[in-house]
Amino acid sequence: MSALQKVMGWVDDRFPLTATYKAHLSEYYAPKNFNFWYFFGSLALLVLVIQIVTGIFLTMNYKPDAELAFTSVEYIMRDVDWGWLIRYMHSTGASMFFVVVYLHMFRGLMYGSYRKPRELIWIFGVLIYLALMAEAFLGYLLPWGQMSYWGAQVIVNLFAAVPFIGVDLSIWIRGDYVISDATLNRFSAFHVIALPLVLIALVAVHLVALHEVGSNNPDGVEIKKHKDANGIPLDGIPFHPYYTVKDIVGVIVFLMVFSAIVFFAPEMGGYFLEATNFVPADSLKTPAHIAPLWYFTPFYAILRAVPPMFGSQFPGVVAMGLSIVVLFFLPWLDRSKVKSIRYRGPIYKIMLALFLVSFIGLGYLGLLPSTPVATIFAQVFSVIYFLFFLLMPWYTSIDKTKPEPERVTG
Amino acid sequence: MSQEAEGQKVDTSKRKFLIAATSAVGGVAAVGVAVPLVMSMLPSARAKAAGAPVEVDISKIEPGMMLTVEWRGKPVWVVNRTKEMLAQLGKHDDKLADAMSEMPQQPDYCKNATRSIKPEYLVAVGICTHLGCSPSEKLKLGGDSGMGGDWPGGFFCPCHGSTFDLAARVYKGVPAPTNLVIPPHQYLSDVRLLIGVDAKGA
Repeated sequence: MSALQKVMGWVDDRFPLTATYKAHLSEYYAPKNFNFWYFFGSLALLVLVIQIVTGIFLTMNYKPDAELAFTSVEYIMRDVDWGWLIRYMHSTGASMFFVVVYLHMFRGLMYGSYRKPRELIWIFGVLIYLALMAEAFLGYLLPWGQMSYWGAQVIVNLFAAVPFIGVDLSIWIRGDYVISDATLNRFSAFHVIALPLVLIALVAVHLVALHEVGSNNPDGVEIKKHKDANGIPLDGIPFHPYYTVKDIVGVIVFLMVFSAIVFFAPEMGGYFLEATNFVPADSLKTPAHIAPLWYFTPFYAILRAVPPMFGSQFPGVVAMGLSIVVLFFLPWLDRSKVKSIRYRGPIYKIMLALFLVSFIGLGYLGLLPSTPVATIFAQVFSVIYFLFFLLMPWYTSIDKTKPEPERVTG
Repeated sequence: MSQEAEGQKVDTSKRKFLIAATSAVGGVAAVGVAVPLVMSMLPSARAKAAGAPVEVDISKIEPGMMLTVEWRGKPVWVVNRTKEMLAQLGKHDDKLADAMSEMPQQPDYCKNATRSIKPEYLVAVGICTHLGCSPSEKLKLGGDSGMGGDWPGGFFCPCHGSTFDLAARVYKGVPAPTNLVIPPHQYLSDVRLLIGVDAKGA
């Protein structure tokens, strides 16, 4: 027995190192027919690591103080060695996080990855998405620019629209009557420690649940139905080395795109870093046009599409909240006999296309100032967004599906 | 080893009672610890003190002009309305969502046609009742305001397009649901305005 084997044996008697490695990597059997869409889960994990590492180094120079925050960010950009790179990696990482997560979620929609027995994986995933949105929103206040300040003002005031307790609730969230130093301090605390812990815990349970039931695949058929004499799925291949190597290709391509943005277009024409945010926060002057970052605009457009009712902004806030809550129910709304879009009928394909157009349309409208025409478009898109989910039990059960294959088709 | 092995019956109801009692007491302790943490997020004594009343000298505001002062970190507008401006106020009630100021967006002593103590001076919190942006002043009447020829003077919120008249009343069909807030205020003398407290006995 070699020295290494001895050490491993000593560890394995005390901690399930080899067993864990086997269970999650070398003997975790994933379907052999993963395609392009299966890159985005591992890429999301990569971006999480980028955000945590760059975030740690940013906190070394950032000051969560209303008097100092804006200048400390400029200090990082100008005076700290390589500070500009660390900050641009973090700001680009925030947007790229949503790029990969949106693609990852769309993959789930296409291949029915939320269907039984993967309901909890989907629910944990939606929780990750919620935590990610909270993390992004909290982090956006920290540079203490005009858009940080007024964006936070608008979003915290959404809570003020809650009947009866709203005003007190928004004061409690801010810790003051307006967005102030107290708000900046607590947002910083949540952004730097509380939500990252929540995110990491949720990612862990997302993966544990995934590895318990096994991965779905583009055909939406269960590979565990056909096993060889050793109990290994016939259409499964070990995650390591096959998919670790495949994912490295994805990582390289992703890092090429990521670096191109960081080095050549860190502001991404105002979509990743808004021009107004290069002006320090001023509590007495609202910028001429407030738009959230691109990844929030679909929901912002839904908020604006709902007119005030009964002298209250609350219905719009409820609609925005429901547009995310409805995602939790997706596994039970889908009544189709098949999971994957490959074997679905024309109705689902049309509905998914309409949903995609609506979501992108809402995202575009959310960037623009409100006009009567834009509001009508936003209302139409919002209705389609909700109908995609609310009519799903009906249209998926009448849709003419094709028979699923017994084995994956490669 | 266990009592079951020795043939004795386990008293499950006692066990359930102990589990429930331990959980309940533990729950109370958890809530007890949570209360101070949650309460620590309320505005601190210093933040409350900063919300103290603000005194303003209004003698320097020319007719037709406005002054913005800070109270509780929010912009408060003091507008010196001309006779011409005041004459406009009653003419567009049908276009307003709450022309009579029925919603409790002002102290009782400002629930009148001009929403003010003295007709010429409008004192209003310059925070849109939609989502908290600060509307821009469009005080000039008619085309000079850039708001169209029949604009009777008022305010325009750049965020979501809400419009308000010169008594800070909201127009119908805009995102803001209610009139702008009139803060509690009082006149200490003809030119001294105190924002943040009601006059005694008012």
